Amino acid sequence: MSNVQVVSRRGFLGNVFSAGALVLGVRVLPVEMLAATDAASSAWHPSVYLGLNPDGTVIIVAHRSEMGTGIRTALPMVVADELEADWKKVKIEQAIGDAKFGNQNTDGSNSIRSFYEAMRQAGASARTMLESAAASKWNVPASECKAQNHEVVHATTNRKIAYAELVTSAGQQPVPKKEDLKFKSPADYRYVGKNVPITDLADICVGHGTFGIDARMPGMVYASIERSPVFGGKVKSCDDAEARKVRGVAQTVNIDPFKPPYGFQPLGGVAVIADNSWAALQGRKKLKIDWDLGAHATHESDAYKKELQETARKAAKVERNVGDVDAAFASATKTHEAEYYAPYLSHAPMEPPAAVAEFKDGKVVAWAATQNPQAVQDTVAKAVGIDKKEVVCNVTLLGGGFGRKSKPDYVAEAAVLSKQLGKPVKVVWSREDDIHFDFYHSVAAMYVKAATDDRGRPTAWLQRSVFPPIGSQGDVNARYGGPGAMSMGWIDVPYDIPNFRAENGPAEAHVRIGWLRSVANIYHAYAVQSFTDELAAAANRDRVEYLLDILGSPRIIDLRPANARNNPNPYPLDTARIRRVIELVAERSNWANKKSGNGRGLGIAVHRSFLSYIATVVELEVDQQGKIRIPRVDVAVDAGKVVHPDRVTAQFEGAAVFGTSVALLGEITAANGRIQQSNFHNYPVARINEAPYETHVHIVQSDALPAGVGEPGVPPMSPAICNAVFAATGRRIRELPLKKQKLA
Amino acid sequence: MIRLTINGAARQFDGDPDMPLLWYLRDLLELTGTKYGCGMGLCGACTVHIDGQAARSCVTTMKDAAGKKITTIEGLSTTGEHPVQKAWKAVNVPQCGYCQPGQIMQAVALLKDKPKPTDHDIDQAMQGNICRCGTYQRIRQAIKMAAGVKA
Repeated sequence: MSNVQVVSRRGFLGNVFSAGALVLGVRVLPVEMLAATDAASSAWHPSVYLGLNPDGTVIIVAHRSEMGTGIRTALPMVVADELEADWKKVKIEQAIGDAKFGNQNTDGSNSIRSFYEAMRQAGASARTMLESAAASKWNVPASECKAQNHEVVHATTNRKIAYAELVTSAGQQPVPKKEDLKFKSPADYRYVGKNVPITDLADICVGHGTFGIDARMPGMVYASIERSPVFGGKVKSCDDAEARKVRGVAQTVNIDPFKPPYGFQPLGGVAVIADNSWAALQGRKKLKIDWDLGAHATHESDAYKKELQETARKAAKVERNVGDVDAAFASATKTHEAEYYAPYLSHAPMEPPAAVAEFKDGKVVAWAATQNPQAVQDTVAKAVGIDKKEVVCNVTLLGGGFGRKSKPDYVAEAAVLSKQLGKPVKVVWSREDDIHFDFYHSVAAMYVKAATDDRGRPTAWLQRSVFPPIGSQGDVNARYGGPGAMSMGWIDVPYDIPNFRAENGPAEAHVRIGWLRSVANIYHAYAVQSFTDELAAAANRDRVEYLLDILGSPRIIDLRPANARNNPNPYPLDTARIRRVIELVAERSNWANKKSGNGRGLGIAVHRSFLSYIATVVELEVDQQGKIRIPRVDVAVDAGKVVHPDRVTAQFEGAAVFGTSVALLGEITAANGRIQQSNFHNYPVARINEAPYETHVHIVQSDALPAGVGEPGVPPMSPAICNAVFAATGRRIRELPLKKQKLA
Repeated sequence: MIRLTINGAARQFDGDPDMPLLWYLRDLLELTGTKYGCGMGLCGACTVHIDGQAARSCVTTMKDAAGKKITTIEGLSTTGEHPVQKAWKAVNVPQCGYCQPGQIMQAVALLKDKPKPTDHDIDQAMQGNICRCGTYQRIRQAIKMAAGVKA
């Protein structure tokens, strides 16, 4: 069965394609489905669409959200390349949320790796049909016709015909079978592997990029929402008399509190409705609300930290076990142990959560900065009591996402308010709202112990991590990280150690927990790579040489459950690729020739996440006042095949800055259940003078399957920075952020 | 009644004189290139020029803007041909792009003040503008390109 079908033009995006357009829909089986026990019964999801208008314009539908990765450019490049399209004649349209596009949740560094093949097939299928159309027009064999830059060429007779003239007849050609598709030779790529300016570059530079916060609907009003200062609190009573006196304020509207588990529901509270944002914000300050703060009002970060650390010292749930760690410890002559701690973090995208929605005649139309338009459909539908098919979610540009905007509570707020008010409502979170009411990156406590041989190599390794789980979104009783968090740098430690045990202890969530750029990899990589550095330091060995030693000989580590091993794993954990990025980053950073000490140090960390292999070297200075400066970062990246090298480079440059914020500055704390930070003065993020001065990204040339690039640059940063601090000062940093440590 | 000039056009405003210029630009004039980021003058996303000087429109009230000439990103160059905009495009600075109008406005003001900025000058002038995507390295590169100084 072909996995490409000609679909009805009217079936979707009716306004994008003009009459007579050739439209292809590629159906793709998500990678996760390949591991399903019964693949045949899994639903096939259409995912990607491209069209050719009669004037020859190629329309490529971007179904993933643009939050800065360049995906609105990179995936269309893959289609255009196989199509032999002229990029100047390509228009990119953003998809609405709809299951027929396949997975649209732009998270998990997933877009290229899940849709690269589908895009190639879409482009190659259309190209084949255009070639067939030209062949029948000229009455020559299709094999003699070759598509070339928006026209089909018959070389032997030197004839050419533009795509525009083939659109109608191409649509009548048989859809080629997937197995018959011929793909271009990489040597002939026009766009893939090259650097095309991002789709929105010109608009952004003149202020015309439209983000969620910029979206407008005719007749809309502005809402600013006061929410419980403590997670799970409810309004007991509200006096809005003074608020309603504020010039521009029309009224207030209550939003019901969520019903546990919290999921993506609005938190609830009191919305001030006004004719501009400022009036709404001013009105909010005049509300007098008496809150029932609920059970989490006792949440204290200091006490919670002790609780997590105590848990991490006790035997816990075993997530991976190799050999016999306990026996090895019992007979060990030398052991080393350490505890690490990393706090809650807030995403703080530069654009706070923002959306506009209109509820009308039992339907909702929304414009939102969302990573996850189908979750918008689900969440809005439940919140206003309609079917998800009645929710149209238009996706704007996102002013940063980092995982926050996968959770559409703010869109549901706008829809709920619109339903009550009978007009479109724009909801914009203030920065204080954003920091106070985030889905926080988990705080985590970790314990690690190793026994070492006479060369300092680990012979036994035990590690335990404890953190409130993301699973608390859907289950009030969730206490453990589960397979998702455990596969993020915890069970998948790649060292060659005969005895290894990874454990996970329980923790209850007292705030909303969510995924933040690279998720559990952040604290897991911090612990594992810091501890590795500690072992190497104890053995007085060069870090690069030590890492390569304990990785062991090149091999494939298959971490899947034994009963899942019948299927080929397209992305095996390959220690040879880890070695390669370590060697590359050592070479390019000039590791061997730079000496640490006297306030200057080099630190290295290596981590595989989102199927990409990353090694990072941080060069760092600590001055007499204890102030840190990072003159240089080198990052070696093996992400398989790379579509857009410049955007991949940009993701790792950005991840170095994001990781610097995590290591040096980021900390969210709670007291009396209230989040104590509110804006960039007390939740600082790295600025131009604090960020690494220069980051050099070294991409491994590879034909391996494409892997993630948006997130994997972040995890190695914290340990590489802390290891560099140790090299520079002799101070071991076992707790983040560094701003709390006195280094002078 | 407050009178002011926005991108060369005379405007009048009779609303709350304490309203920050930011919300007047965004909500009333629909000039949304100027972004909200913090409301406290901490992040620079809302940077505009007031009588040629870079200023944070989120903490500039309408009464303080009275009589002033305001330039927003939309008024810098409608075609994006300002040397700073051209440099921004040449080195592909933006990732998500949200903070970039503010970064560009700040950089333009810097170069007016210091046509050949040093790294220290750039740090001083640009440290009020946060980019959460982390495009700082390219911002520095683009400023140097626009200024014609060695990277």
